Amino acid sequence: MAAKHLMWNQSAECMPDSKKKELQLERLKETVKRVYDNVPFYKKAMDEKGVKPSDIVKLSDVSKLPFTTKDDLAANYPFGMFAVPLKDVVRVHCSSGTTGKPKVAGYTRNDINTWAEVMARTLGCGGTTEKDILQNAYGYGLFTGGLGAHYGAEKIGATVVPISGGNTKRQILIMKDFGTTKLCSTPSYCLNIAESLREQGVEPSDLKLNTAFLGAEPWTSELRAQIEKELNIDAIDIYGLTEIIGPGVSSECMEKNGLHIFDDHFLPEIIDPATQQPLPEGEIGELVFTSLTKEAFPIIRYRTRDITKLSSGECACGRTHVKMQRVTGRTDDMLIVRGVNVYPSQVESVLVAIPGVEPHYQILVDRKGAMDLLEIWVEVSETVFSDEIKGLENLEKKIKSNLESVLQIAVKLKLVEPKTIQRSEGKAKRIIDKRTVYDKI
Amino acid sequence: MVRQISIFLENKFGRLAEATEALGESGVNIRALSVADTSDFGILRCIVNDTDKALKVLKEKGFTASATSVIAAEVPDSPGGLATLLKLPKENNINVEYLYAFVTKAITNAIVVLRVEEIDKLLGLFEKGGVRVLSEKELSSI
Repeated sequence: MAAKHLMWNQSAECMPDSKKKELQLERLKETVKRVYDNVPFYKKAMDEKGVKPSDIVKLSDVSKLPFTTKDDLAANYPFGMFAVPLKDVVRVHCSSGTTGKPKVAGYTRNDINTWAEVMARTLGCGGTTEKDILQNAYGYGLFTGGLGAHYGAEKIGATVVPISGGNTKRQILIMKDFGTTKLCSTPSYCLNIAESLREQGVEPSDLKLNTAFLGAEPWTSELRAQIEKELNIDAIDIYGLTEIIGPGVSSECMEKNGLHIFDDHFLPEIIDPATQQPLPEGEIGELVFTSLTKEAFPIIRYRTRDITKLSSGECACGRTHVKMQRVTGRTDDMLIVRGVNVYPSQVESVLVAIPGVEPHYQILVDRKGAMDLLEIWVEVSETVFSDEIKGLENLEKKIKSNLESVLQIAVKLKLVEPKTIQRSEGKAKRIIDKRTVYDKI
Repeated sequence: MVRQISIFLENKFGRLAEATEALGESGVNIRALSVADTSDFGILRCIVNDTDKALKVLKEKGFTASATSVIAAEVPDSPGGLATLLKLPKENNINVEYLYAFVTKAITNAIVVLRVEEIDKLLGLFEKGGVRVLSEKELSSI
């Protein structure tokens, strides 16, 4: 079937299944050999499982390999998972880890090219060409969003406006004056821009915007409908994570019916999170990825904790990339707030580091308008209590600034009386998330 | 020197009443009190007739409470009385963190409760300056 929409790399995106499976197997074998030879963590894990690189003879043999978890990344912080010497690493990015230490991703020059390639495919899924003016409102810096989208857009040859996140007034000024046609941002920030436009009396017809690439946090179909209606654009769901490469792992096409995984670079599996056994296609479970082409930071069977299902077969758009349904939840307690990953354990590590502060805390997340609000309640113990307001205010400031430096996101801190936070038997209920971020299954 | 009880209160409905109820039910009498507050929380400070008992009761009820050493000084009940008293800390570079005042039937003069960091230094200055300072025992027997 002929492609309905423009594609960045038609031969890869529409590759026949048999040919793709051959390519995947060849790349899987290379990756497994490379990690076995160069990453002590994988050699040990594979030896313990009694599996050798030579045991990988067909694609389904991937299930013989050990998993990689976020805890493994923490244990090998910062560069222990790299398969090349640092002299070959040209860039690193980070995202939040479960404690104060971030997860670190390294890239060789080829990895940066691969990343630009899969991001070019992502942007191509929404029809981006060299004629577009792309406003990139993902944050630039350690976060993968900004530079990931940037390199992909440059590869296509679009005119990139690297505005980064925040300063909504300026976003709108540039959007109007430059005639921005494509926008990259988190869905919540896109909604924020839409609301500000309305407040300023700017009509969608005053803008040239036609497509937004929204990712880095879960969002619902209702939110998509609202954004598309308010801005009169197509809103495309894009998916990625730092551990795999950053954005560019998968993307919706204009059919908006599942996200195409760029499976010549990232091999997906769905497993039962309880038994850790692979599930047949179409069943809902935890998404697991093995990188097929990465050099600096290859990763084997990484447990994303994201819940979804897979479906293969040619899409109406012509692509043959396997599709994942929009993520419908998580198997762990990670929160995504304004595109930033937040683990309760990070909060705990900050609190226990402050003398006298007890790790009785509660995390509340709410959405006011378009913006996520993160509020953290901490109980005031006798040790830290002061009879002076300034004493308690200093405590509040200290906890807040320590939390913000670890979480990399603004926090509202509230001091509460002891026993305010419910004590539970077993797993504490640390999180109250009032937002609706996932579609109901 | 007198011990004051300081209680952490979250800014939520009825908490002040609950704290005072807890004291009342156990037969603790409040001599004086003041509340300091921000938008999120408050601190109830009070002088009671039985500090140890009050602390015990409050902790049992789940309040964060602690004892703070303060000075209770008599102030002449005439214009400029408090100003004269406050000259001593001011001239000696002692910062007054907070203060509050109360009157009782038993003593003609008003009583001022002062919280300072350098409590011994101020006590010495009050003694030299002829300011009458009350002990915890005296206050509880009023």
